[in-house]
Amino acid sequence: MQKTLKKYFAVFTVPTLLAFCLAFVVPFLMGLYLSFCNFTTVTNAKFVGFDNYIKAFAEPDFLNAMLFTVKFAVIAIVSINIFAFALSLLLTRKIKGTNLFRTVFFMPNLIGGIILGYIWQSMINAILVKYETTLVANATFGFWGLVVLMNWQMIGYMMIIYIAGLQNVPTDLIEAAEIDGATGWQTLLKVKIPMVMPSISICLFLTLSNCFKLFDQNLALTAGAPSKKTAMMALDIYNTFYGRAGFEGVGQAKAVMFFIIVATIAITQLAATRSKEVEQ
Amino acid sequence: MKKSNVMSKKISDAITFVVLCILVLLFLVPILFIILNSFKGKLYISDNPFAFPTAETFSGFTNYANGIAKTNFFSAFGWSLFITVFSVIAIILLTSMTAYYITRVKSKLTTTIYYMFAFSMIVPFQMVMFTMSKLANTLHLNNPWGMVILYTGFGAGLSVFMFSGFVKSIPIEIEEAAMIDGCTPLQTFFGVVMPILKPTAITVAILNAMWIWNDYLLPYLVIGVSTNYKTIPVVVQYLVGSYGAKDMGAMMALLVLAIIPIVVFYLACQKYIIEGVVAGAVKG
Repeated sequence: MQKTLKKYFAVFTVPTLLAFCLAFVVPFLMGLYLSFCNFTTVTNAKFVGFDNYIKAFAEPDFLNAMLFTVKFAVIAIVSINIFAFALSLLLTRKIKGTNLFRTVFFMPNLIGGIILGYIWQSMINAILVKYETTLVANATFGFWGLVVLMNWQMIGYMMIIYIAGLQNVPTDLIEAAEIDGATGWQTLLKVKIPMVMPSISICLFLTLSNCFKLFDQNLALTAGAPSKKTAMMALDIYNTFYGRAGFEGVGQAKAVMFFIIVATIAITQLAATRSKEVEQ
Repeated sequence: MKKSNVMSKKISDAITFVVLCILVLLFLVPILFIILNSFKGKLYISDNPFAFPTAETFSGFTNYANGIAKTNFFSAFGWSLFITVFSVIAIILLTSMTAYYITRVKSKLTTTIYYMFAFSMIVPFQMVMFTMSKLANTLHLNNPWGMVILYTGFGAGLSVFMFSGFVKSIPIEIEEAAMIDGCTPLQTFFGVVMPILKPTAITVAILNAMWIWNDYLLPYLVIGVSTNYKTIPVVVQYLVGSYGAKDMGAMMALLVLAIIPIVVFYLACQKYIIEGVVAGAVKG
């Protein structure tokens, strides 16, 4: 069968490969090369070595964006996962209305980042107006606004994954623990949590990579204001490309570093989930 | 002993129910907030944003009319729908064929192709953002059909990866039987393999539809704001993103309008969406 199928290479793969090269392979390779160049359009590139990378690290804005992203990611990951796990425990108790609750909690996840950002911008400003200030007056507001927004968006998503994990815990295991006299708290810590470890690692990495790559929500909520203090890495890269003429090379160098960080996270995730699968 | 257990279970269930009701209301506050304010006159919104519209502040559908007129909302809705639907169709059709081929024909070339697709999944958009939009402009892809091609290319990674995983689990004997009966590879694929791939196809379709419908940066960079092809996220950003005199009423109405299609779609295919994102999370 392989032999007959082999002749059909063009029909089966070429259309996808063409689109893939156009949208990904060529831009990726060009981007990699251009990060070592000085350029304003793609055609007037001049090789400058590691110049762009050195310039990128000399920028307080870039370092600030990195720090902001890490701080945001840590707080968002912890809060999202704790709330999502707590909700999933409540929703696996087989009480009335579970489906309706699940539907509502998950819904924000489907709304696009730009729209989410503006919904929360108007909400937070409506609260802050009572204190005669606005969301963009203080970087702390922007930070916590983004944390709340991200919680609102991702809790439902993570909750669904935790529910799927909890439903796979064999009931006889929980019953056995109860017969042995374990309290609800002990059952949770000693039986349920160890049994849903695979779900926990999936959720941790999903929130991690989503927080790191956050762009739309950041742009809509504060757009980095005040004075770029609430800009995350993706937004900082965008601003370097499109906000400052002559800095395209630096922007591309930042993008390469951003890619390396995100890729490292993804590969670690893959390795972590693989080794978990072996254990089971 | 038993009786009190049943009682305490009932009581704790009741408490859980009340807690969940409160949480659901909290979750709905942002949505209710924009709906509420979308019916108030634009000058009244900042006065008392959390109050219900009164006879004085109620403005009917004026904000909606304004929002629609200012952004040409129905055109944006149409282009969003056009780009999403055709991209998803192209992705499902083309990437399932590619995934099938590279899984069934084992060679150095197909293995390399597979790893290239897998690799593209971990590359953030910012890495290719600048070069891709420049390339797209050079090749005159700055129109809705061009967007379909770009989405197919950028979405191919995850889709091929997910289809490949599923094709591996299909017993090859079924296809061999079809081939012996005289089917060409294309007939075998569409007649035998495609129907088996249906559950994965639904998952892939939902994941891609959610991403493309909500995507802001790619249409903004490639198509831009000076054409008639603006999508919903682009017009929302275009209307409310500019600082200065902002029409809060039109903004609220526009946000409500932007959410309606998503809510309708969600309520209509909730089961598939939830199953799809779980499958996508576990595999991707």
